[in-house]
Amino acid sequence: MNSIIKKEIKGYLTSMTGCIYIAFLMVVCGIYFTAYHLQGGYPRFAYTLQSMLSIFLIATPILTMRSMAEERKLKTDQLLLTSPVSVAGIIVGKFLALMGVFVIAVALLCVYPIILSCFGEIAFGETYVAVLGFFLMGCSFLAIGLLISSLTESQVIAAVVTFLVLFVCYVMEGISGFFPETPLASLGSLAVCIALMALLLWRMTGNFFLTLFALMAGEAVLAGLYLLKPLSFEGLIQKILSCFNISGHFSEFANGTLDLAGVTYYLSVIFVCLFLAVQSVQKRRWN
Amino acid sequence: MIEVKHLTKRYGNVTAVEDLSFTVEEGQIYGFLGPNGAGKSTTMNMMTGYIAMSAGTVTIQGHDIMEEPQAARRCMGYLPEQPPVYPDLTVREYLDFAAGLKKIPARARENAITEAMSQTDILDMAERLIRNLSKGYRQRVGLAQALLGAPEVLILDEPMVGLDPKQIVEIRELIQSLGKKHTIILSSHILSEIRAICDHIMIISHGRLVASDTPDRLLQTMTGAGSLDVTLKADEAKAGELLSSFGNDLSFSLTPSSEEGCVSARIQLSREEPDIREQLFYHCAQEKVPILEMTRNSQSLEEVFLELTEEDEPAGTQAGKGVPKGEEPARNVAVEEAEKEADQA
Repeated sequence: MNSIIKKEIKGYLTSMTGCIYIAFLMVVCGIYFTAYHLQGGYPRFAYTLQSMLSIFLIATPILTMRSMAEERKLKTDQLLLTSPVSVAGIIVGKFLALMGVFVIAVALLCVYPIILSCFGEIAFGETYVAVLGFFLMGCSFLAIGLLISSLTESQVIAAVVTFLVLFVCYVMEGISGFFPETPLASLGSLAVCIALMALLLWRMTGNFFLTLFALMAGEAVLAGLYLLKPLSFEGLIQKILSCFNISGHFSEFANGTLDLAGVTYYLSVIFVCLFLAVQSVQKRRWN
Repeated sequence: MIEVKHLTKRYGNVTAVEDLSFTVEEGQIYGFLGPNGAGKSTTMNMMTGYIAMSAGTVTIQGHDIMEEPQAARRCMGYLPEQPPVYPDLTVREYLDFAAGLKKIPARARENAITEAMSQTDILDMAERLIRNLSKGYRQRVGLAQALLGAPEVLILDEPMVGLDPKQIVEIRELIQSLGKKHTIILSSHILSEIRAICDHIMIISHGRLVASDTPDRLLQTMTGAGSLDVTLKADEAKAGELLSSFGNDLSFSLTPSSEEGCVSARIQLSREEPDIREQLFYHCAQEKVPILEMTRNSQSLEEVFLELTEEDEPAGTQAGKGVPKGEEPARNVAVEEAEKEADQA
């Protein structure tokens, strides 16, 4: 695993992608920093971080697209997968390397509040909590990018899909507003979700009766729950969608609170994405 | 030592490898031989654990590749069909990375890399980017990677592809010298290559093992089964009758000869009775059918290979077995007519 981390970080920093990624974040940060703090005179660095969010969506795929996709393209995954390293070790190594590059950018971000402190009082604690939140959010973005990169052998597809997924997560709050909060609306949307999952099951297994059974069972359980506790369905769809609202969990950190729920959330997102990436690599071996 | 049992790989409805079983003994060079698409690479990919098998087991030095993958992979080096090299690394960086993957301790790494490079003769290329290397050199870098850490088992998928004749000779010598210390399995679709270096040949066709023996014995057991071309002065019905009555389930096919009133027969010889020329001569003499020509075709290893890897049927049954009357002749009549027309024209 160590050699994977070493090789990957070296690869990112010598092949421009890593440098472009860091430079891109620094340029954007510099612009907002100048506008908000040096000219506008705001003391809170979290403003800059929050404004960088949308740009961050574009920067992440630049870094993650080649991670696994390139290995498949070059067939070097044969070397990795036939060496005495576990698949989990490979994925975690790749992720830590991505994180390593991101850490360089975050370390540079940490300098800005110190610059700011030359001009007046700065609440360092709150500011660095915001930076920590930004770091965790960035890591979960990287994990999503790594997962998508492990699903395809085309870097372009990996980059575009990663951007789309991150973008949808970014605007999730708006999307969840489309749905009415009534219990019936939640019931309807969940029923559609189950139907879609059944369709997916059918495509994957090709077994009609199994699909039919799963569909009936799923819908029956849903209907049963609705009849028992209709009130718990109120706003349920919003709650579910908010799980995908990755950047939304950053706002607590930006306010300067060390949000433990947020920390847990980001760590879970990272874990789930890495786990799925391992599974996607394993699955390909079985096909 | 490697043990492969009932190895099977299915992709949907297509069976790439079917029920393959063999054992590889220590300190020998094994050659996988088969036409393109026979399932050589698939088998090797399964043996190294790159892809999972649909059924069967592979055990390397006592470690099951699916159950103890790390331990099994630690004792083998693998060169896939396409050398798994990173174009933007130098040769040394790449080998250093591979050595790390193989968990070679940092102290021993430098020596291991230098040794692998000198074995494959790429020391001059150490600081070159792999991107700028030719196919042959990339192949050698891939081979050097497989040699790192001196694994007991080497699995090489088409190691000679893309090399020039001089390099082929060098790599051949290298593999032969490695064969003294390592167990080597290599694959190829070129017979002469396999024959030159391997102690044992395994011929694969359509995902099945059709023969497995030493080159000499393979040749010995197969050469008996040649064929005999005979030209008889008789009509087709008479010749068919004559050969059918010769006995022993003789398999033959008849074609009209270019000579007037003659017929040519190709007799497939069985392994039990490699030489029937004398008996055939007396048999024909007794029936008063003159033999005008008789030629024996013995098989080369090349033909054995072709025959074994031929479509569908196993060896020896392609030729009409005791051609029943009325079936084959129908075709021959058509041919005769076509020939007559050609003569008239």
